[in-house]
Amino acid sequence: MKALILSACCLLGLAACNTSNKSDTLLPIYGNREAVTKTVNGKTVADTIYHTIPDFETVNQYGKKVTRKSLDGSIYVADFFFTSCPSICPIMHRNMLKVYDEFKKSGNVKIVSYSIDPRHDSVAVLKNYADKMGITGNNWWFLQGDKQAIYKLAESYLVAVMEDNKAPGGYVHQGYFVLIDKQKRIRGSYDGTNPEQVAKLIEDMKLLQTEPQSMIAQ
Amino acid sequence: MKFTIIAIFFIAVITVVYSCQSDEKLEYMRYYTTGQELYKTRCQNCHGAQGEGLAALIPPLTDSVYLKTNSNKLACYIKNGLKLPILVNGKPFNGEMPPSGLAPVEIAQVLTYVQNNFGNHSGLHSVEQVNKELEACN
Ligand code: HEC
Repeated sequence: MKALILSACCLLGLAACNTSNKSDTLLPIYGNREAVTKTVNGKTVADTIYHTIPDFETVNQYGKKVTRKSLDGSIYVADFFFTSCPSICPIMHRNMLKVYDEFKKSGNVKIVSYSIDPRHDSVAVLKNYADKMGITGNNWWFLQGDKQAIYKLAESYLVAVMEDNKAPGGYVHQGYFVLIDKQKRIRGSYDGTNPEQVAKLIEDMKLLQTEPQSMIAQ
Repeated sequence: MKFTIIAIFFIAVITVVYSCQSDEKLEYMRYYTTGQELYKTRCQNCHGAQGEGLAALIPPLTDSVYLKTNSNKLACYIKNGLKLPILVNGKPFNGEMPPSGLAPVEIAQVLTYVQNNFGNHSGLHSVEQVNKELEACN
């Protein structure tokens, strides 16, 4: 009996612990991290370096150059696709349209879709695709760049892509929507083919938008 | 007791109704349910769970008039793919649907599903019809 009461107390304690964790509404930070020590005002302090998205060089559907810097000051969602993709891309972009509609009036939120088939997806092809999706302005960019560089970049977003003659359309890739904060850190990864996960992404984006500056500056 | 009698009565009624269903109705049901599965695995990614399509890239399957007037061409579209400027729900589409690789009976099943869902009511699209339509593909 005593043991029962004791274990009940333990459970209660755990539950309390859980709820206090939940009230901490910050999104997690993904990817490798490194503990470092640095010197601030003559004192040695511990710090963490998080995985961030490296620089990249692409052009968007308007033929304008887009790099890592073009996304400064924005939170953004990234995915990897190709316009002639017969499998998961239509599902992904049907769902991404919901994200676009939700945030098209917010200046500091962007969507970037990197083409993994730059040979076919020229700027003109991407512009045509964007037009048919009904995308205007600069909230959603469709990006084209050097193929090997894009494949390497996908790894830093923790998304697997590769060429495969046997796959429908000639490429296999994962349908993740990856959420990046203003410091280029990965804050979430969602299955872009699953409407519930995409709804969660939209909620998380609203949370990330309101993340206090002090957190951002850490 | 009363309850049992009522239950037996209902079972009897259901049995009678069920066995009275014409063969065609049963055939239709079989086509429809298999067609639904085929739709989910082979078409839904592009055309959507509600047949809503995708913006101006992929046409919806909700234009009953289009589906009716082109009914005898649909089998060819599904078999060989489609790359033609078309007008669906009053909007122009000029995309590309890849060949499906489906057998004639599967084409009949998926068409029966599509043509009796998303607001369409065209009844059975039989494999005999599909075979005839496929002979006329150009
Ligand atoms: C890779 C995406 C894709 C897949 C998979 C696909 N379609 Fe299509 N479908 C299209 C596109 C794009 C068009 C329009 C082609 C054009 O503009 O010439 C189309 C056109 C059609 C049309 C005629 C226009 C309309 O909307 O009524 C029908 C009917 C149709 N598809 C049914 C199907 C069925 C049934 C399947 C599954 C067996 C299927 N499609 C699979 C992309 C697809």
